[in-house]
Amino acid sequence: MDVKNKKWRERTLATVFLGPSTFFFLLVIAVPFLSGIYYSFTNWNGVQSKATWSGLSNFKYLLLQDSQFFASFWFTFRFTLTTLVITNVVAFLFAMALVQPLRFRGALRTVFFLPNVIGGVLLGFVWRFILVNGFATLGELTSIKLFLLPWLGSPETGFWGIVIVYTWQSVGYLMIIYIAHLLNIDSQLLEAAQIDGAHGFFLFTRMILPLSMPAITVCLFLVLSWTFKSFDIVLSLTAGGPFRSTETVALNIYREAFTYGNYGIGSAKSIIYFLVVGGITFVQVRLTKKMEVEA
Amino acid sequence: MIAKNRNMTVRLLELLMVFFAFLFLTPFYFVLVNSLKPFGEILNNAASIPTVVAWGNYSNAFQKINFVSVLLNSLSITVISIILLVAMGSMASWWMVRNGTKFTTILFYACIAAMITPFQSFMIPLMRVVTTLDLVNSRKGLIIVYLGYSTPFTVFLYHGFIKSVPIQMEESALIDGCNRFQIFFYIVLPLIRSMTVTVIILQTLLIWNDFLLPLLLLTDRSLHTIPLAVFSFFGQYTNRWDYALATLVLGMLPIIIFFLIMQKYVVAGVRAGAVKG
Repeated sequence: MDVKNKKWRERTLATVFLGPSTFFFLLVIAVPFLSGIYYSFTNWNGVQSKATWSGLSNFKYLLLQDSQFFASFWFTFRFTLTTLVITNVVAFLFAMALVQPLRFRGALRTVFFLPNVIGGVLLGFVWRFILVNGFATLGELTSIKLFLLPWLGSPETGFWGIVIVYTWQSVGYLMIIYIAHLLNIDSQLLEAAQIDGAHGFFLFTRMILPLSMPAITVCLFLVLSWTFKSFDIVLSLTAGGPFRSTETVALNIYREAFTYGNYGIGSAKSIIYFLVVGGITFVQVRLTKKMEVEA
Repeated sequence: MIAKNRNMTVRLLELLMVFFAFLFLTPFYFVLVNSLKPFGEILNNAASIPTVVAWGNYSNAFQKINFVSVLLNSLSITVISIILLVAMGSMASWWMVRNGTKFTTILFYACIAAMITPFQSFMIPLMRVVTTLDLVNSRKGLIIVYLGYSTPFTVFLYHGFIKSVPIQMEESALIDGCNRFQIFFYIVLPLIRSMTVTVIILQTLLIWNDFLLPLLLLTDRSLHTIPLAVFSFFGQYTNRWDYALATLVLGMLPIIIFFLIMQKYVVAGVRAGAVKG
């Protein structure tokens, strides 16, 4: 009797502590995700409450007829890769600079981080103004060719516009992580290397960089997940234009479902998207983890 | 001589970084000065300081997006979501760490998987769930979705932190006759305070700035949050930059103030949030 009672009490306690989180997790993520797999095999259009089974036809359609879906994947890949490299290089260099005994170190850190706290929609609009009106003015004043390009008016300027905004937004965040890491590197290790004759570039490539691989893993992962899922900055900056040339996968799926009402096809796209993101993340973490060294 | 050289390098580096800092601030300069200009002057020269200060842009923006109500919407949704998230997340994580079963292990890995899963891959069926439960067009509905959507990251942060908290204090409290609620609220919660601050900071930035969920759930204008209000304003007044820039400044101001006040914690939160999975 007593044992049974205790077990029952333990169950109740577990429900109180775990229940709410589990419930909302299931309701908002797990159940929708799993039912999405089912919907991807139907021709559900969102208006009718019933979805009829249509086998692989959605996937067939995507593979054979929807070239825009692949175009948006290709754009997202190129943009992710470019941003990944630029943001991490800039952030790492900024961090290397800010661990030196500079004056205004705190203020510099604040300034570089500041864009990161502002939401994507607002950032996109800020830069739409800068790239279109601000650059035009700067072009007139300085007659530098770069400013006089048709910013956001062509696929190339649209691409680089988005890269600029993402760099501006993410560098501060990554820099904080790199600074924390650089301050943690054992200074005796670097001194020993210097006594052994390692200097400058050699010290950087053979010591500091390999020792920083754990932080680089984290930062690559972060940028990858931000850029591969980018939606709001792109929507407010270019709205995917011109001619859908800067449409990200996230934007493409959103429009498929909520602009065109093709919920079934949208669900099929979601599944493909999920598999690609999961695969890339897995490979990236694996690869960079391999490059980590013990000090 | 070498010391002097080194000093020179540091000063040069300092100069370079200050230059970059100004470069980073230029967008804010552009938005700020032009938000105070009449329309014609913006198009004429976007780099100059305003000749006449057009405060009217601000009162206009203030009314057009109904700033007070929009701000209150953002505030109430963010604050209530985060209070509940912290309560639920800390309780669940502590139970998972201290009373691990097969079920909690599965739950934890499901959370990790969900963190990698892009929102778009469950967005469409989520809308069906939300519509079925009649949670569209209400702040309550949006908060409920945030409770689910933000749980994985919250649990991930708490879980990692609680694992590093020594169990001895809790054990001796148990011997002294405390029940599990007393242990959690009087001993564990104070011990994990620093992680609670991190969770609050990181989730505030995420929820305050979130755009897609409010866009999907809140069609009624009176429920709009800041990002959504700014977005629909731009849809209505395309390229009326005199109104739009003032709106942007108003929209950015609250979170910038939050950041400047809480800066120390934000930086610490970013560092703590970057632990490896």
